[in-house]
Amino acid sequence: MERMSFDLAQTPLRELNAFLHREASAGRVKQVVVTHPDGAHNIAVGLDCPVEVEIVGHAGYYAGGMNKLASITVTGSAGTGVAENMMSGRVHVKGFASNGAGASMHGGLLVIDGDAGLRCGISLKGGDIVVGGSVGSFSAFMAQAGRMVICGDAGDALGDSLYEAVLYVKGRIKSLGADARIEAMTEADHATVKALLDAAGMAHDPRDFKRVASARNLYHWNADADQEY
Amino acid sequence: MSSHDKPIAREASYGYDRQTLDYIRHAAAHGLYEIRGMGAKRALPNFDDLVFLGASLSRYPLEGYREKCSTKTVLGTRFASKPIELDIPITIAGMSFGSLSANVKEALGRAASEAGTSTTTGDGGMTEEERQSSKTLVYQCLPSRYGFNPDDVRRADAIEMVIGQGAKPGGGGMLLGQKVSARVAQMRTLPPGIDQRSACRHPDWTGPDDLAIKIQELRELTDWEKPIYVKVGATRTFNDVKLAVHAGADVVVVDGMQGGTAATQTCFIEHVGIPTLAAVRQAVDALEDLNMKGTVQLIVSGGIRSGPDVAKALAMGADAVSIGQGVLIALGCNHDSYFRNGAHHDATADYAALGTAPGYCHHCHTGKCPVGITTQDDALAQRLTPEVGARHLKNYLKTLTMELTTLARACGKQNVHHLEPEDLVALTVEAAAMARIPLAGTNWIPGASAI
Repeated sequence: MERMSFDLAQTPLRELNAFLHREASAGRVKQVVVTHPDGAHNIAVGLDCPVEVEIVGHAGYYAGGMNKLASITVTGSAGTGVAENMMSGRVHVKGFASNGAGASMHGGLLVIDGDAGLRCGISLKGGDIVVGGSVGSFSAFMAQAGRMVICGDAGDALGDSLYEAVLYVKGRIKSLGADARIEAMTEADHATVKALLDAAGMAHDPRDFKRVASARNLYHWNADADQEY
Repeated sequence: MSSHDKPIAREASYGYDRQTLDYIRHAAAHGLYEIRGMGAKRALPNFDDLVFLGASLSRYPLEGYREKCSTKTVLGTRFASKPIELDIPITIAGMSFGSLSANVKEALGRAASEAGTSTTTGDGGMTEEERQSSKTLVYQCLPSRYGFNPDDVRRADAIEMVIGQGAKPGGGGMLLGQKVSARVAQMRTLPPGIDQRSACRHPDWTGPDDLAIKIQELRELTDWEKPIYVKVGATRTFNDVKLAVHAGADVVVVDGMQGGTAATQTCFIEHVGIPTLAAVRQAVDALEDLNMKGTVQLIVSGGIRSGPDVAKALAMGADAVSIGQGVLIALGCNHDSYFRNGAHHDATADYAALGTAPGYCHHCHTGKCPVGITTQDDALAQRLTPEVGARHLKNYLKTLTMELTTLARACGKQNVHHLEPEDLVALTVEAAAMARIPLAGTNWIPGASAI
C-alpha cells in the first residue's frame, strides 16, 4: 500500500489522523492524498514518520501541527497555526496562511507561497520559515531561534522582543518591534538566504534582503529600558 | 520643659505606613517593580473562615478510625478514553524545572506516585527525572511553549492547557537569569543567564472558539486518549469556567489569588485575582448552570494548606485540589535548616544573606534558596535529595488525607466526594457572601437571602 486517498467529505477526520498515526508510522503507506478538506481543522496533526501528505484544497486551523518528519502540502490556503510547533519535516502552503503560521516551531521547513497573517513565526524556537509574500504585524514576536525569510513586506512590530532568531526581509518593514534592529548582511547571510530560497523553490536575489536580529538590550531587566518589556 | 525637650511625635500614618514608605523608596531607587516568589501575603477570606457541622442527632457519623471512607478520584471522564484514576483527591500543582531543581521535581514525582496521585510539569517542559519518577504526570501546555513537544505530549497521562495562574492572571511568567542554567536554557531554547520572560497569551489561538480547536488538535494528536485540563487564574471565574467547558475541557482547574509563583511582580501577586473561596463558588455555579457537574471535573488550587482546606474545597463542590506552596513548605521551604548526610544543617546565615529570615522568605526568584528547593545552583540543590524530599512530602500528603477522611466521617460520609455545602457554615460575613455558605447560627447568605 504505497498510496492512500481520503475524502474528508466522506471520512471523519479522526479516521484520517488515526490512520496517519498508526499505518503511516508503521511504514505501510508512503503517500496520502486528502481531498475535500473544505477548511477542516487539525488535518494531519502529530505525524511522526516520513510520509508525504497532500491536502488538495484549503485547510483550517493547525494543519500539519506538531509535525515530525512528514512532508505535508496544502494546495490551497491554510488557517491559523499551520505547522505550529513543528519539530522536523516540511509543510508547504501553496496559497496563503492565516495567523500564527509556524508558531513555536522547533525545526523543519515551513514554506508559504503567498502571504501570511499576523504573528507569523511567533515564539519560533528553531527551524526555518520562508514566506513568498508579505507577513502581518507582530511576526516573529519573541522568536527564540531559527530563521525566517520574508520575500514581501513586514507589518508593524516585526521581531518584537526577539531572542536569537534571525529574520531576512526583502520588502518594506512597516516598523520594528522592541529590541529588534536591522543589521548588515554578511556573506554568510547571503548564503543562508540563498539556501533557504532554494529549499523553498523561490527565486530572489539574496542581496536584496535586510537582516533583522535582536539588539539584546532586553536580555536583562533594566530600569533604563523605558517600559520596553 | 523647654521646647527642645519636647517628645518626638511618633504617630504613624495609616496610608503611608512603613511598608508603603519602603515601597516608594524602592521604586525611587530602582525604577523597576519588585519581583518575588510565593503567593499573596495580605489577609484574605479563606477556608479558615468556614467550619464543618459535624454529625449529631440530625446526622449520623461514621466510626472515626475503622469505617471505610473512600478517597478515590477519577478525572477526565468527559471525552478521554483513558481518564486519570487517583487514590486521593490531592494533586501536585504545576511547577517548572527551572523554578525548582531537578532533585525537587524528582521528589515530587516519587511522593506523588507513592501517595497515588499526580504531579504536573511547568513552564520549560518535562524532565526525564519527573517522567520516570511520576506514575501519573500532567503535562502543561503554556503560552511560552518552552520545551513543549509532541513526544512528551504522548508520554504524558493528561494535558493541562494553562490560560492563567492565580498569582498572576493575565500575566506571563519570568525566570531571572541566575536560574537560567545551561540545562534550563537548553530545554527552553534560550541563551543561558538571560532574564527569561514568558508570554501571557498563547501564540496560536485567541479566545474560547480558537481554544476549542486547539483542544481538538491535542485530542487528535493523542487519538482522544488523554484527559485535557484547562487551568485559569481566578478572576471572572463563572464566565471562564463556562467558556472552558464550551471549549471542550475534561477538567477545569481554578487557581485562586493565594496561589504561588516562582517569580512575578508583587503588584500582580497582591492586587490581581479573587480569593479561592470566591472562585470555588463561581466555578461550581458555572458547572451546575451548564448541567456539567460530575461530567467535567473541577480542581481547585490557591492556598490549600491542610486536610480541612481540602475537605472544605470538596464540600463546596471541587472534585480535587492541587497544591504548590504547601508542597514546597513540606519539602523544607522557609525552614531554618536543611537535612543532609543524616544531620540538620543551619541555613539561617543563607537567609540573612538574602536579606530575610526563615518564615519570611519569598526569594524563590533569586535562585539562592537556602534549603535547595528553588535553585539551579548545584551546591544548593544538593541540600535537598529526592529521597528526603519525597519522604517529607509523602508524609504531608498522608496527613492531609487522614484529616480529610476524619472530617468526612464526622459528617457521616463514606466517600470524601459526598461532602456537600450543607456540611459547612461560615464564621464571617465576607466568607458567607463569597462562598455562599450561611453564616454560622443563621440561614443568612449575604446577597442571596434575607436574615
